[in-house]
Amino acid sequence: MRLLNLLKIAFKAIVLNKMRTLLTMLGIIIGVASVIAMLAIGEGSKESIRATISSMGSNMITIKPGADVRGGVRRSASEMETLTFKDYEAIKAQTTLTSYISPIVNGSGQVINGSNNWPSTIFGVNPDYLNIKVVDLQSGSMFTNAEVQSAAKVALIGQTVVDNVFPDGESPVGKMIRFNNIPFKVIGVLEEKGENTFGQDQDDVVVAPYTTVQKRILAIDHLNEVMASAISEEDAPNAVLEITEILRTQHKLTDNEDDDFHVRSMEELISTFSSTSEMLTILLVAVASISLLIGGIGIMNIMYVSVKERTKEIGLRMAVGGKGSDILMQFLIEAILISVTGGLLGVILGLGATVFIEKFLNWPTSVALYSIIISFAVCAVTGIFFGWYPARKASALDPITALRYE
Amino acid sequence: MSKEIIKIEDLKRDFVMGTETVHALRGISFTINEGEFVTIMGSSGSGKSTLLNILGCLDQPTFGTYEIDGVKVKDLNRNELATIRNEKIGFIFQSYNLLARTSAIENVELPLLYNSKVSTEERRERAIKALEMVGLAERLHHTPSQLSGGQQQRVAIARSLVNNPVMILADEATGNLDTRTSYEIMSLFQELNKQGITITFVTHEPDIATFSNRTIVLKDGHIMQDYNNYNVQSAAVQLAKLPKEPH
Repeated sequence: MRLLNLLKIAFKAIVLNKMRTLLTMLGIIIGVASVIAMLAIGEGSKESIRATISSMGSNMITIKPGADVRGGVRRSASEMETLTFKDYEAIKAQTTLTSYISPIVNGSGQVINGSNNWPSTIFGVNPDYLNIKVVDLQSGSMFTNAEVQSAAKVALIGQTVVDNVFPDGESPVGKMIRFNNIPFKVIGVLEEKGENTFGQDQDDVVVAPYTTVQKRILAIDHLNEVMASAISEEDAPNAVLEITEILRTQHKLTDNEDDDFHVRSMEELISTFSSTSEMLTILLVAVASISLLIGGIGIMNIMYVSVKERTKEIGLRMAVGGKGSDILMQFLIEAILISVTGGLLGVILGLGATVFIEKFLNWPTSVALYSIIISFAVCAVTGIFFGWYPARKASALDPITALRYE
Repeated sequence: MSKEIIKIEDLKRDFVMGTETVHALRGISFTINEGEFVTIMGSSGSGKSTLLNILGCLDQPTFGTYEIDGVKVKDLNRNELATIRNEKIGFIFQSYNLLARTSAIENVELPLLYNSKVSTEERRERAIKALEMVGLAERLHHTPSQLSGGQQQRVAIARSLVNNPVMILADEATGNLDTRTSYEIMSLFQELNKQGITITFVTHEPDIATFSNRTIVLKDGHIMQDYNNYNVQSAAVQLAKLPKEPH
């Protein structure tokens, strides 16, 4: 028997039972749609985390002091003095996998301009900093290495600081501000970056040469942090290892001593956050998969009823020459048609739901092609799997018994 | 002598019901030649249905041989039997067995759907021709629920004719119809028979047998009588004699 004929027969059976078919399909439709939508939400949140972290500089590597123990008391990172300018120089001299590197010292204080003042944080850095953080300037220019050498009192300020200490809308470039009573000449304004993933305002900063901040504001000679930027995102994990080695040698740590510093790449941060959202995605998809499975059972149920209901028809088909295999194929194709159509509608509904979520709930979503392929494949397989048993049962019927069945 | 369509020899069929063996057919032999119109009579339990199932290749005999159109049916598997049913036999049932909510023409096309040698166009053509033969050329697209009992049985007859079978096998084909309609149907059978179609008609109504040219009577699994009817009644004439139905 030709496939086309079988398709026609199966299609006819479906059309004759529109309502029932639709209800059966609904299970599959909802199953597929929810799998796609859930995966889209999961992928979306993962991507948005990645995007936010990338905007902070995805190649970024931070080196912080750690495990500084004084008399058995562990000290907080900001108090630690184990990271020095020498460490920075050693890394800068020996590293092969980083492109930019900057010492960081920071402290908080009050930014004052005339009668306006605003509490902010000052970062002491070198000119590489902007490249590491991937920040551009709105106006003005970055300070030079010479200005770092001379500990010049120049600063760049973020938009939040501009808004608060220059409320009149005048350009701050060239103006003088005071940070903790030390006068700085504003030489540039940082590009607006908004809040980061953790809700920190990235525009609420003052950036100045690290020498100036060390000497004039903090009066320290160690570093709070060293920031570097790996040549590429892929090189970041190796760069972390390289820097770790350099610092261990520099700090003369023996093999059984722990690191007295922490080297982290953004990659790690991304994977930490991604894994949380991945976990959530898996959970959501598991729930959605269950509904897909239930949809499959719905198909089996309806095919089972359909076979029972059409026993006499099956008998007749056999009497006029239908082979067992023809009957099997007829019911199997019917089940597959239901599940494939349901799957297609499910894909459409899933995509629609995703657009809806994105537009009206403002959740980040991202439809992955694989989610469509997988859920569609799963539902086609479900159709075959759950259609097989009732179809098999129909094909094994004895034509005499089937014909006489009432 | 014309061609032998059916040849059975010492046919036996036993059913095992628990510990008991029921002998439904206890050794039956006869042949049916091309162009014959045979009625098989018998009360219930006579083995009539069992014989019909075997003749229709729906069942296999326990013992003995059965040949249809020169093909030995014994030892054929399920699929081969299905092919024989498809190509050599036209079935007509007491309860018509039409597919519900399916048009007359699609019902008639059904056997040809299972024959891959027939193209879609040929299938349609042959179905229309078969429906014309039974006088339903005007009702091609009616579904069974839009047709009377007699018309439904005509569709079923058209369905049995469509694959050009060597024999039509009717199982109580008039059992669900009133006298007038059953005479109409019998008249149609007689016409088809005149055109050379071999018909085997299983019934328990004696007046139906008078329209055939041969009658085989079964009782308790044996052939009681097997006689030629030299005084075949014309169903059309009998129909005319029936009192007019009051309207």
